[in-house]
Formats: sequence, C-alpha cells, structure tokens
Amino acid sequence: MAKKVAAHPFFFTGCWELRQMLGRSARDERQLLDAIEEIPLDSIYYHTHSFFLRHKYIAGPYPNDFATWAAIQVRDRVLGEKLGVLDPYEFIDLESLRAAIVTIIEEHLSRLQIIPRVIYEEPFHFMQSRIIAVPTGLESRTLTEFREILASADTSVIYYHTFEAILRLGLRNGDFAIWIEEQLDLPELADKIANLDPYMISLDSIRHRIIRLCDEFLEREAWK
Amino acid sequence: MSLLDTYREVTPKGTIDFLRCLAEKVRGRKILHVNSTRVGGGVAEILRSLVPLLQDIGLEARWEVITGTEDYFTVTKSFHNALQGQEQDLSSALLQTYVEVNQKNARNLSLDGDYVIIHDPQPAALILHKPGGGKWIWRCHIDISHPQRKVWNFLRQYVVQYDGAIFSLPRFAQRLPIPQFLIFPSIDPLSDKNRELSTQEQEQILDRLNIPRDKPILLQVSRFDRFKDPLGVIQAYRLVKKHHDARLILAGGGATDDPEGERVLTEVRQAAQNDPDILVLLLPPDANLEINALQRAATIVLQKSLREGFGLTVAEAMWKGKPVIGGFAGGITVQLVYGVTGFTVNSPEGAAFRIHHLLENPEVMAKMGEDAREYVRQNFLITRHLGDYLALMHYWMN
Repeated sequence: MAKKVAAHPFFFTGCWELRQMLGRSARDERQLLDAIEEIPLDSIYYHTHSFFLRHKYIAGPYPNDFATWAAIQVRDRVLGEKLGVLDPYEFIDLESLRAAIVTIIEEHLSRLQIIPRVIYEEPFHFMQSRIIAVPTGLESRTLTEFREILASADTSVIYYHTFEAILRLGLRNGDFAIWIEEQLDLPELADKIANLDPYMISLDSIRHRIIRLCDEFLEREAWK
Repeated sequence: MSLLDTYREVTPKGTIDFLRCLAEKVRGRKILHVNSTRVGGGVAEILRSLVPLLQDIGLEARWEVITGTEDYFTVTKSFHNALQGQEQDLSSALLQTYVEVNQKNARNLSLDGDYVIIHDPQPAALILHKPGGGKWIWRCHIDISHPQRKVWNFLRQYVVQYDGAIFSLPRFAQRLPIPQFLIFPSIDPLSDKNRELSTQEQEQILDRLNIPRDKPILLQVSRFDRFKDPLGVIQAYRLVKKHHDARLILAGGGATDDPEGERVLTEVRQAAQNDPDILVLLLPPDANLEINALQRAATIVLQKSLREGFGLTVAEAMWKGKPVIGGFAGGITVQLVYGVTGFTVNSPEGAAFRIHHLLENPEVMAKMGEDAREYVRQNFLITRHLGDYLALMHYWMN
C-alpha cells in the first residue's frame, strides 16, 4: 500500500510573510478592544494565525499576540489565559474569530473597576500580514518521496499546507492529510496527521511528528 | 559554490532553496541601496553582506554612498539627534545645506532602479530627484517615535513622497500616509564578528587582549554611553560577586569625539579601579574578531541598556550560544523571549538576580544558549533579511 504512486503529485508550496504596520497601537485593554473591532481582517490574521509562522522553532508563551500581550506586557494573566485558549481554527472565518475575541475582552472588562494597562512595558502595535505564496518546484508521488521532501523543506511549507490550507480550503484536515487520503489511499495515516494539534506546537515539531508518523507507517508496511 | 550556498550550513533547513524560489519572479530586477557611509555603523555592516547576496541570487544590485561637506554632516548629525528626541538648533541655512548636498548627489549618482532603498535621513531628500518609474522606499534604522517636531516636519515632507517606508520596530515609527513595513535588522553569521573561531584562534585573540580565563566571564560589549548603563552593570556585578567569583569585562569603542562618552568612560574606570576582576577594554571600530572571541569566551552576556536601537549585539551573543540578560529597551525585547532565549530586566538588581540564577544553574544556561542560537537562526540572520527584501519586491509586483 505504501508504495502506491499518486495519480496527482503533491506540490510543495512555501510562503513568506511581509509584515506591514498599521500605525495603530493600544496602551490599555479598552484601546485594544476598540481597535480589534475596527482593524482589517488581515490584522486579525497576523495576530492569530500567522503568529505560528513567526514562531517556527519556539512556540510562544501563549498562542496568539493578543493573549501574549495581555499576559506579558499588561501582566493581566486572566485575560491572557482566556484569549490563550482560543483556537483560531475552530472559527469558520476571521470575522467570527474577531467576534469571539471581542466578546472575551468585553466580558473580562465588564468585571473590572480599573482598565488594565501597560505601565513600563510595550503597547500593542497592530500589524497586518502580506503572505506571499511561492511554489518550491518540489513534488512527491509516493509516501517515501513525501517524507523525504518534508524532512528537508523550508518550515514555511509546513505552515502553508497546514495553517494556511485550513483557512484557504476551509477544511480542518490540511493539505497533507487530504492528499495522503485521496491520492495514496491511506485513511488511517491521513487521520493521524489531521489529528495533530498544530495549535500547541511549533512548525518544526509538526514536521517531526508527521515524519515520525510516516516512518512508523513505512516500517510497519516493510514488515508485511 | 555560490555565495548564497555558503550559508546553507548555518541557515534553517530548506531556507537557501526557498530563497532561490522567492527570487525567481524578481530575477534581473534592479535594486539600489543608498546610504551615507561605506564603513562603520550597522547600516554599512548590513549592506556589505546584503548587496553581494542580492547579486548572487540574480538581481542587479548596487550600493551607492552619498558624499557631502562638513556642514552637511554636521546638519545630518543634528538631524539624527533631533529625530531621536534631543533638542537641536538647526538654522534655515543648515537645512538649505542639506537640500543642496542631496541635489548635488542626485546629479552625481545613478539613481536608476526598479527598487531604490534610501537609508536613514541623510539621503532622504534624493526623492526630489527620482528619475521616474521604480519604487522608492525609505528605510529608517533609528527610533523616530519622539522626534523634535520642527526637524521631523522638515524631513516628513520628503518621506511622504516615497512609495513606502521600512522600520526596525513598530514603536520606532511615525504616522505616515504611505505603507510602512517592519523588517528587523540582521547579523551575518559568516562575517568576522560572528563566524566560528578555532580554539587556537580564539585563545590567541584572548591572549592578545590579556583576558584571563580562570573565572566565569560576564561581558558587555557597547559604547561607553549612559544609555548602555555600564555603571548599572558594575553594580549588578558587585551584587553577584558576593556569591560567585566572576570577572566582568566592559568592552567598547573609543569616545574621542564625544565628550559625554569620555566622562562616562572616566566614571566607569573610577568605579572599576579597586577591583582587578573588572576589565575595561577600549576597542577600535574594526575589532570584529576581538568582539567575536570575547563573546565566545563569555559565560553570560549583558546588554543592560536603558535606551536602545535594535541592539544587534544581543543577537550576536545569542548566535554564539550565550544566555543574554538585557535591559527592557528597543529591539532587545524582541530578541529575548523572557526565560527562553534570555532575560530582560529593569534594574541592576534584576540583572544581578538573573546572573546569580544562571550561574547557579548551568543546565538552564546551556539550554537557554541553545534556544537563543536557534532563535537567531530563524529570525535574525542576513538570509532572513534577504528574504524580506525579496518579499517586498513581490508586494509591489503584485
């Protein structure tokens, strides 16, 4: 089964993020809330989804910029934790994600007498992403080829085919799992890859876990 | 082997091949960098590495340097200080000198390019002489968030004519009606300041500098400037000394043209004079190998700045696998992920506590150094900088 050759190869695409500044910042949680309601969706994307592209090796203390700022800069760990458990991929689109963030901050502020703010630390600077997708020219037709290319590809390839694919395709499984299921007819392996939680680990860890799953599968097949 | 390929061993997996893919669409385009000096300073250091890499990857890259009179450089020095918040008195005649020198340079330089990157305020008025076509981008390396208004308003009239601007940190920027991008500066891992040194080479350099290696070394490399807080570093060292027999090295450039710097150096020497374990080293501007060897010999590197630009000495030390304790200032905060790649502190006591903590926990220090090097590999190498410029070109092509 593992030697199956796909009719349609997997084309590996990477990406580069150009970071654009919006020229807007927040010094307290009310200003943060007001700005989140108004900023373009590309900025919501930058501070939630592409956060993972900027933390390729080390996952940040909280998995999005809003949570990290609240916890580290404002030292409001309660809001940091509430925003930190948000899984951006549970939302069908960025507008729904924005609404959820707004609700969390609004509810949090409604229970406080004083608006938490930065004193010595850094204001929140709003940015937006310009994601440039670039085909790498690499393609695989078998699981062995897929594994080999994945092992040596730029980490942005992992981001593009997991995180970006979920937004682009609207499918939670990501490109890797879909190709492995549809083209290699390996639903069990595809399922395991789709069930990896990219939200809690760095891109490099995702790479290692997918490779390990492929290796385990290939080893089992070799014994058959 | 091409120049870019020599970076393959030090960059993250797949980076070099991916950069070539990114460059494919912009191959053959002309990119011109213009700044005010070919030697000395961080901008020249970056361009010396970046321009050959841009050429190697298939662009027609050039680097031009403006020339000017003594009056012009006096005015641009004042500009520099005023934009960073210091009160400066700039007469209309001096501002006129600025405009005229830019005009003269525009006549002498070839400003043709698909992308023209003008670095810092000195050549900013060249935009008046844009030959047409091409995208012009103002690359600001300094913190202009709290400028002297009069000077900023004068400069702003030129800046708004650019197609875009680049800053090193969001907090360094000003409100502008043009697109503004964030690009961190970078270090060249293969330059003399950062390349691997053999044990023998390192020992020779340390011997030449008379550095004993019998105790843990705490090191700060920076100008003797109040904003770098060398006296605060000595205070932190003294607190640590109660628990650990360490040595402190303060290494920095000379201060011959800076009376305030000379005063700080005198104060540092006075503070250090009764302690043979505090070494104050005055290094020439081209002491790249010496800085490299010192950073590699250090146990912990400090950059306890009170105000800072980007502070690339932090990335340099991190690249050598050293835990860094830095002041909560400028770009230090984006390089040091608290507790992971280093610590930011707000006082000499905070610095002392973290030094003490690390010296007591060598395994924490080793892991932090390892993570610090990887963090630099991903975020602060010249190859990432190259990718950012290529991405910027894509942005305007699309």
